[in-house]
Amino acid sequence: MAQLSYREAVSAAIAQEMRRDDNVVFIGEDIAAAGGVFKTTEGLLDEFGPIRVRDTPISEQAILGATMGAAMTGLRPIAEIMFSDFFAVCWDIVVNQIAKTRFMSDGQCTFPLVIRSANGGGARFGAQHSQSIENWAMAVPGLKVVAPSSAADVKGLLAAAIRDPDPVLFFEQKSLYGTKCDVPEGEHVVPLGKANVLREGSDVTIVALAAMVPRAMKAAETLQQEHGISATVIDVRSLVPLDTTTIFKSVSKTGRLVTVEENPRLCGWGAEISSLVAEELFWDLEGPIVRVTTPHCPLPSADALEDAVMPSAERIVANVLKLAD
Amino acid sequence: MNDSNGQIAAAIAQATTPDTDTRLELYRSMQACRMMEQRAYDLFMQNLIKGTSHLALGQEAVAAGFGAAMRKDDYSFCTYRGHNHTLVRGVSMTGILGELMGRECGLLSGKGGSMHLMSMEHGVLGSYAIIGAHMPIAAGAAWSAQYRKSGQVAVCFFGDGTTNIGAFHESLNFAAIWSLPVVYVCENNLYMEYTPISQVTAVENPAADRASAHGLEPVLIDGNDVDLVFATANAALDKARSGGGPSLIEVQTYRHGGHSRADPGKYRPDEEVAAWMKRDPVVTYRQRLLDAGIDAASLDAIDAEVTARVDKAEETARNSAPPSLDIAETDLWADGSSSWRN
Repeated sequence: MAQLSYREAVSAAIAQEMRRDDNVVFIGEDIAAAGGVFKTTEGLLDEFGPIRVRDTPISEQAILGATMGAAMTGLRPIAEIMFSDFFAVCWDIVVNQIAKTRFMSDGQCTFPLVIRSANGGGARFGAQHSQSIENWAMAVPGLKVVAPSSAADVKGLLAAAIRDPDPVLFFEQKSLYGTKCDVPEGEHVVPLGKANVLREGSDVTIVALAAMVPRAMKAAETLQQEHGISATVIDVRSLVPLDTTTIFKSVSKTGRLVTVEENPRLCGWGAEISSLVAEELFWDLEGPIVRVTTPHCPLPSADALEDAVMPSAERIVANVLKLAD
Repeated sequence: MNDSNGQIAAAIAQATTPDTDTRLELYRSMQACRMMEQRAYDLFMQNLIKGTSHLALGQEAVAAGFGAAMRKDDYSFCTYRGHNHTLVRGVSMTGILGELMGRECGLLSGKGGSMHLMSMEHGVLGSYAIIGAHMPIAAGAAWSAQYRKSGQVAVCFFGDGTTNIGAFHESLNFAAIWSLPVVYVCENNLYMEYTPISQVTAVENPAADRASAHGLEPVLIDGNDVDLVFATANAALDKARSGGGPSLIEVQTYRHGGHSRADPGKYRPDEEVAAWMKRDPVVTYRQRLLDAGIDAASLDAIDAEVTARVDKAEETARNSAPPSLDIAETDLWADGSSSWRN
C-alpha cells in the first residue's frame, strides 16, 4: 500500500493499463506535455511517448469522434474531456454515435473506450465548470457510468473501465483530487457494477456517490455519536451497471433509504434507485424514502453560496433525523 | 503544413483512361446502384419500405468511382444517403433491401434501417444520420490505421450541407495536424436539404474553398464523370497510404429526386433539373463506352445481369420474415445484453 492522492491515482491507473496493453492510447486537451490542467496525467508522456499520449486541439467532437473510430478498429482509447460541462458540445458523438452504434449494427462492433472527465462542484468554478452530469449520462442506453469516491477506487475502477469492452464515462469529482488514501501498489482492478458498503448500520441506509460519499460517512459518524442512530453507508461507485443487490440487501435490513446526490434534483440517479426500491421493496420500508440533492438550479460561484446548495454532512444528518421522527 | 501544392491535381492530370475491364466494372457498379435505388423507390410506393429513405439517384459515379479505387480493407464512412456507398464495397443487395424493408434478412436484422447501413466485414464502418458526426469518427479510424501501421485509408462521404457544421472544421484540422490517412469526399448536389447551398454558404464551393483554411489542396471535380472520380480517388488514396495525410475532395453532382421520401424536390428550377438530367452519370458513361468502341451487347448484358440481381434481392427480401422480437433488446453491450442492473 502507498498513500496516493485521487489525482495521482488517475495516472497510476492509466500507466498500469498502458504497460499491460499496447492498444491503450490516450488523447485530450493539455493532457500530454502539460500533464493535465488538474495535473492528473503527469508523467504519462515521459513514459509512453507522444504517439500513445497525444495532445489535441480544443475540438471535443473531434476528440470523441476519433476515440470512437479508434475503438471500433482495434484500439482501446482513453479520452479526456477537461470539464464534464464540455460534454454539451460533443454530446452527439456520445449519445447518438458511441452509445447506439453497437445496437444499431446488430452487434457488429464494440466500443472499448473510456472518456474521463472532471465532474462536479466544490471548486468555486461557477455554473459552467461545476456540473454533475452523471444523471445525463445515466439516461442514455449504451453508456456505462462510473464515479469513484477515493484514490483507491480511481485506480481500480479506471483500470476496469479501460479493460471493459463497452463505452465508459468516468467521472472524477474535481474537489476530491487532493484527497489521499492507501492504494494498492501492484495491479489493482475493481470490477464495475459492485457497490461498496463502507459502513454497516441497522437503522438507515445512506447511498451516495463520489464527493457525496465522504460527506455521507461524516454524517453517519455524527448520527452515531450524537443521536445514537446506526447508519449503513453505500458507495454506489457505478450507476450503470447498477448494483441493486447490495443496496436492496441493506434497505431490507434497515427499512430506511436516504440517497445523497450532487446532481440537480430532477431525474437524478437517486430517483431511479428510489423508484426501484418503492416498486420492489415497498413492504420492507419503515418510512418514506428521502432524497438529498443539490437544488434544481445551476451552481453559484461564491464559496458561501456553493456550500449552501451542495448536500453537506449537516444536511444529510438533518434529513435522517426527520426520517427518524 | 500548407499542402496546396497540387499533388492531387497533378496525379489526376497524369491519370490514364482505365482499361476496359475496369470501365465495365465501373458501369456495372453504377447500374447496380441505380437499379437498386430505383427498386427501393418502387418498394416505398408499395409501402413495403416504411419510415424515410434518402436516395442518391444521379450521384452513383461518386460511390462507384471510390468503391473501385479502395483497397478491400479500407474503411468507408457514409451518410444517411449511403445505400450506394455500402453496396459498392461488396455488401449484399439482399441485405440492403432487406434492411430497408425491416426484414430478418436485413444487413442489421432491422435494427438500423435505411440511414444506418453498416458492414464491418466489408469495411463499411457505418452510415451516420447526424450531419458531420462521422467526420471525426473517420479521423479516428484513420488514426487507428496510422497507429497500427496497417496501410488502411478511411474514406468519408458527406454532403455540401455538412460543410457548415462544426464537426467538418474540427475534423479537417484534426486530420491535418496528425497527418491522418483519411479522404474526405464532399458530394455537392447543390442543396443542403431543401435550401440551395449557395444561399447559406459564404463561399462558392463549400468544401474546396475551405480546404486551404486547413492546409489542404483545393480539389473540385465533376462528380458525374466516373472515370474522373476513379482517378481522383486513386490519387487521394495513394497520397494517404504513402503518409501524405488527408485530402478533401469536392465533387459536383446532382440528385435526381428530392432530399428524402417526403420531398418531391419542387423547389428546383425545371431548367436546372433538365440540364443535370442530361449529365446523368450512368447514361453519359454508357455513351462514352459505346464511343470508345465497347459493343452495346456487353453493356446490355450487364444491365440484364444487374436487373436479375435486383429482382432476386427484392424477392428474397419480400419473402423474408420480420425480425424475431427476441432481438429488440439485444446487443447494447458487448456481452449481447442490454442489462443495466443485477
